[in-house]
Amino acid sequence: MERHEYDVVVIGAGGAGLRAAIEARQQGKRTAIVCKSLFGKAHTVMAEGGAAAAMGNVNPNDNWMVHFRDTMRGGKFLNNWRMAELHAKEAPDRVWELEAWGALFDRTKDGKISQRNFGGHEYPRLAHVGDRTGLEMIRTLQQRVVALQQEDEKLHGDPEAYIKVFAECTITRLLKEGDAIAGAFGYWRETGDFVVFDAPAVVLATGGIGKSFVVTSNSWEYTGDGHALAMLAGANLINMEFIQFHPTGMVWPPSVRGILVTESVRGDGGVLRNSEGRRFMFDYIPDVFKDKYATTEEEADRWYDDQAGNRRPPELLPRDEVARAINSEVKAGRGSPQGGVFLDVSTRLPAAEITRRLPSMHHQFKELADVDITKEPMQVGPTCHYVMGGVEVDADTGAASVPGLFAAGEVSGGMHGSNRLGGNSLSDLLVFGRRAGAGAAAYIDGLARRPAAAAGLVEEARAEALAPLERTGGENPYEVHHELQRTMNDLVGIIRKSEEIGEALQVIEKLKERAKNTASAGSRIYNPGWHLAIDLRNMLLVSEAVAKAALLREESRGGHTRDDYPGMSPEWRRKLLRVTLTPDESGVNVEERVQPSMRSDLISLFERGELEKYLTEEELAEYDAAVKES
Amino acid sequence: MGYKAKFRVWRGEGGEGRLEDFTVEVNEGEVVLDVIHRLQATQTPDLAVRWNCKAGKCGSCSMEINGKPRLGCMTRMSTFEEDETITVTPLRTFPVIKDLVTDVSFNYQKAREVPSFTPPADVKPGEYRMQQIDVERSQEFRKCIECFMCQNVCHVIRDHEENKPNFSGPRYFIRIAELDMHPYDVADRKEPAQDEHGLGYCNITKCCTEVCPEHIKITDNAIIPMKERVVDRKYDPLVWLGSKIFKRQR
Ligand SMILES: Cc1cc2nc3c(=O)[nH]c(=O)nc-3n(C[C@H](O)[C@H](O)[C@H](O)COP(=O)(O)OP(=O)(O)OC[C@H]3O[C@@H](n4cnc5c(N)ncnc54)[C@H](O)[C@@H]3O)c2cc1C
Ligand code: SF4
Ligand code: SF4
Ligand code: FES
Repeated sequence: MERHEYDVVVIGAGGAGLRAAIEARQQGKRTAIVCKSLFGKAHTVMAEGGAAAAMGNVNPNDNWMVHFRDTMRGGKFLNNWRMAELHAKEAPDRVWELEAWGALFDRTKDGKISQRNFGGHEYPRLAHVGDRTGLEMIRTLQQRVVALQQEDEKLHGDPEAYIKVFAECTITRLLKEGDAIAGAFGYWRETGDFVVFDAPAVVLATGGIGKSFVVTSNSWEYTGDGHALAMLAGANLINMEFIQFHPTGMVWPPSVRGILVTESVRGDGGVLRNSEGRRFMFDYIPDVFKDKYATTEEEADRWYDDQAGNRRPPELLPRDEVARAINSEVKAGRGSPQGGVFLDVSTRLPAAEITRRLPSMHHQFKELADVDITKEPMQVGPTCHYVMGGVEVDADTGAASVPGLFAAGEVSGGMHGSNRLGGNSLSDLLVFGRRAGAGAAAYIDGLARRPAAAAGLVEEARAEALAPLERTGGENPYEVHHELQRTMNDLVGIIRKSEEIGEALQVIEKLKERAKNTASAGSRIYNPGWHLAIDLRNMLLVSEAVAKAALLREESRGGHTRDDYPGMSPEWRRKLLRVTLTPDESGVNVEERVQPSMRSDLISLFERGELEKYLTEEELAEYDAAVKES
Repeated sequence: MGYKAKFRVWRGEGGEGRLEDFTVEVNEGEVVLDVIHRLQATQTPDLAVRWNCKAGKCGSCSMEINGKPRLGCMTRMSTFEEDETITVTPLRTFPVIKDLVTDVSFNYQKAREVPSFTPPADVKPGEYRMQQIDVERSQEFRKCIECFMCQNVCHVIRDHEENKPNFSGPRYFIRIAELDMHPYDVADRKEPAQDEHGLGYCNITKCCTEVCPEHIKITDNAIIPMKERVVDRKYDPLVWLGSKIFKRQR
């Protein structure tokens, strides 16, 4: 069997994986990047709106503290505050670094990186390139990897001496010796041949889980592999009940349902209307945000030109609020003909401005829906977009609880709490990708001996992967996948209730049995039916984690809305739900953990009046003491 | 609304293959990639195709549809007659791995041959100052989603395998042009474009521009200006020096 030895194996070639690999290589570690798609095609390429970083280029009042506060508010104070702090402090450096590697962001008049408005961000904060920021980011990182390879070619005569991309290669198991990571096992999509990586450190950067839902903005890659691999290796997941339904996905035609309509449409002036022509978001401003959002259309419209003197339009509330509002309007019978609501920018900006600022939205609607967004409104509705939950990591190093395992990007959990703000993912990838790469390098430096994968593990992994090909007459994996997607969408979707989640868990149990009996026809060469059969294990484990955590959390917060527990509870804010694998690997367990209290200098950045909406009396007393001291 | 379409899809691996006929359901608003996915789910689970975003953003789903290079996810079924047979084949210029999936490693190799962005040593991150108008030319080329369809249609490599070592292709001409027009890039780009990347082989047929799904004006905005400037440069090195000094001052 093909075998490679590396210092660090990074699983994933999106923003987080590439930034981690670059860091590991810059610190002198021999690094492999393994990814399921071609190099440069990872999900990050689809990001549109921008990367949030408090550079203060457009509004000089912006700084890390404002960004930190916005992030905590957006996550309803459930965020890992240390991650939110590091993220807010380091994001500007990470964006500037991209520029030094060749990225060309849109500019302000004085030649700096331009920044745009986005939901939940107090000031214009998103560095962007039109509405294709993810492409710019992935290309820049890809080209940085190439630059390092060119350097290595000069120095060592081999461009792949220190950093090599294994594209279209899927990891199905992590390998260990005792408690510690020893490598990873996978297959080449192209040939179906197996490959083993021997490495003391693995960085998971596999992205999200959206492919367990029917209506999603996510691609086939998002089967929750990293989430499942981590659990199978003994690590914990947290916050899995929190899933972000982006308010604006396309609703028509049916085949594109779920494809994203960037929030930049609203950031740049677009408004939401119901079938009666009403800008309904004014009816949905929650109490916790009352003083930050405009209450009249006039004020909201003035805000675009004068942000100091006016409050923000309610279309720019955090995503969970907008998604629920759209859901309610449609349910109340005030939706658009194709089952969404109207998002209109055509009456708000001149046509030329729309095509300049939102070129890919213009293109997408014209090509896929026959809609010219410069002339008519779009129809949009919620779509499963992002998972806040993920591998529980140490904020500073990205280390998971398993020695040698690290995670960064969407697959990690904590940073975004119960709801992520738009633009905070791209910057998260850079900040924590770099930190995980450095964390892995430091871990290796401290090792006395490289662990070696325990005997038998590789053989087991091989047998597990081959099983669907060897069964004959089993079920079609596509059927199992479709049923899982419908179940999660309908029963553990944007609005949840106890009976429905319970029902979903029963279906998942049945699907687990069916998944064990799927058979894939054809050879090992580039066989999507076989690949899907392998992915089902991960999707089912992750879906069970989402459903079980959702059932336990008896409150509504961010990306978790319980019809039977509509309010936010300060008691629940102090609790994190941690998911682990059952000892026989057949399912998952969920347990409550205490959320550590915020450091006093950080909590002092908030006004008491605001904290009263989130914290328990006991925590408020601590706050008073902290403020008094400082 | 739905109807049954006739599809003829290239199937095969290991250097052998044939066109196979299918009859498959099509629903309103669907694109060719949806139909391929329906074939996978209902008739041919092992049919190989690349895709990711399904929205024309990642450049994975390049294929030839009725002989023309297209993105499967952006080709609507409504552009065909209902009784038309739609033929789907892999990109012709690259070796087939299986079915619609080809080996595009040639492109990644060429990417590595273009020297990377080379900023002046004394500019620190955060200090870059550029006007929108000065970055727009390079931004056009950075819209490239690496679908490699321009590489696929360029006759210099499509019809002449032997040119591959000496010719980088339109995708990498725009990469060189992008760096050349970057306000902070200080490397010499023109001479290598001609000598090492084979710009001279291009006879401006514009086939590349015609297939680009991002509507990048590959020939008019990258290749022709570079060819012109290569000529300048060959006659008068001072022109080149002057243009670089001018760039830095902006
Ligand atoms: C349409 C859309 C628009 C968005 N817009 C924005 C935006 O404007 N701003 C913002 O901040 N965020 C945005 N997001 C969110 C953001 O893009 C993602 O959260 C982010 O890109 C995730 O990056 P990542 O590095 O964690 O993973 P990804 O970029 O998804 O990369 C995952 C990688 O892991 C690999 N992988 C997965 N499993 C395996 C396995 N088993 N073996 C080997 N490799 C594997 C994949 O092949 C891939 O290379 C958007 C998301 C979508 C879907
Ligand atoms: S214009 Fe030049 S690069 Fe483009 S297809 Fe024709 S010969 Fe090839
Ligand atoms: S230049 Fe256009 S056709 Fe060529 S690879 Fe890029 S996007 Fe595709
Ligand atoms: S799937 Fe991404 S371009 Fe077609």
